[in-house]
Amino acid sequence: MSKYLMNKFLFTVDRDPELVERYREDPRGTVEWWEAEYANKLLSCHGGEASTWLRFEDVEREALAAHDYPKLFELGAHPFLTLTLFIGMFERDYEPLGFQTEYARRLAHVSLPYPDITT
Amino acid sequence: MAELVAVIASTHHPFYYRASTATGEDRPPFADEWVRKVEAFRETLTKARPDVLVMVGSDHFHQLWLDNMPQFLVGKAPFYDANWYNEEREFGLPRMFFTGQEDLSAYILREGLDAGFDLAFSNELRIDHSITCPIITLRPQNDLPIVPIYTNIFAPPLPQPKRFVQLGRTIRELVEAWPSDKRVAVIGTGHLSLELGGPRQFGPHGPDPEFDRKAVEWISTGDIEGCLAEVTLESLHLPGNATHGFMDFMLMMGVAGEGAKADYVDTYDLFHTMEAYFTWYPNGGVA
Repeated sequence: MSKYLMNKFLFTVDRDPELVERYREDPRGTVEWWEAEYANKLLSCHGGEASTWLRFEDVEREALAAHDYPKLFELGAHPFLTLTLFIGMFERDYEPLGFQTEYARRLAHVSLPYPDITT
Repeated sequence: MAELVAVIASTHHPFYYRASTATGEDRPPFADEWVRKVEAFRETLTKARPDVLVMVGSDHFHQLWLDNMPQFLVGKAPFYDANWYNEEREFGLPRMFFTGQEDLSAYILREGLDAGFDLAFSNELRIDHSITCPIITLRPQNDLPIVPIYTNIFAPPLPQPKRFVQLGRTIRELVEAWPSDKRVAVIGTGHLSLELGGPRQFGPHGPDPEFDRKAVEWISTGDIEGCLAEVTLESLHLPGNATHGFMDFMLMMGVAGEGAKADYVDTYDLFHTMEAYFTWYPNGGVA
């Protein structure tokens, strides 16, 4: 399980307007590119000091590539990161607050305790 | 010594700015009453005539990240830029700019370390809506220097609730011992029950009105002991998955003191989450 890496994906995409649009339009291609080029980047350092060991589990990669936010919740991705990025991508396609209520509805099957988000 | 002239605890609702500035058919039906309540709350700070604001909030994965995550962090910089692209995108928040009260930051760091809090610090901090929202509601002219203090209510493992209370008590002691003639207000923002990214989000009320009722009672009566007896890191999952932000209210109860009844209490039941506003005047009134 690499909850940290899922969160790192959501975090780095959400803060970059170009990546938000790229992930919205081409989720699978963006996830593949990101895992190859970005996943090991130590965020405050130049490329020569990248990490060497970070990769997604298959189920994590697939959840991100499928925009499957209920699955990301189940896998323990940080719900604030997921929500913020997905609002940024899809709120525009709905009535005001329509995407947020749809998001809640798609998670309606979830009961307490929620998946652990500790990284 | 500096004087602590007001202690303020508030929710920080990022939708207030857009709701309060919207006009015509874009203006939501709850906006007028919300503005009325916020302006009344604002007056409780204005009356205290502060010179400096200590602002307690929590970074929402903007500058603070999981590769280097502090539990409690004090900003120590001459200036602070504020609000982030994703807050402009989602909430319509404006870019803001603050002056820092750097000598008070330095004092809180040195004395806080010596008092047993291993505080992190930042010399270049871009602050987010947990601090800009209360400036927008309480001091929209944004004319006072600040000391930002961030807590981790967001990325577990988190400090225990009692640690937030203890830090609040220490902040009060340090402000009151600061060798300065300034009038200081401490303003902290958190949440009552709140769900973000889960099935209970964006309902017609906050996810747990019963928790909210109890929380308002604890805060308004200064019942730190009762609150600590019921609230744990585990229990805070029950009212909503983002309810750990309530620990910033507990920190502010620590600033106000055990048994300190709030001098001003107001709430507003909105969709998604309940707004709650509290002010204490530590010296028994406004001079």
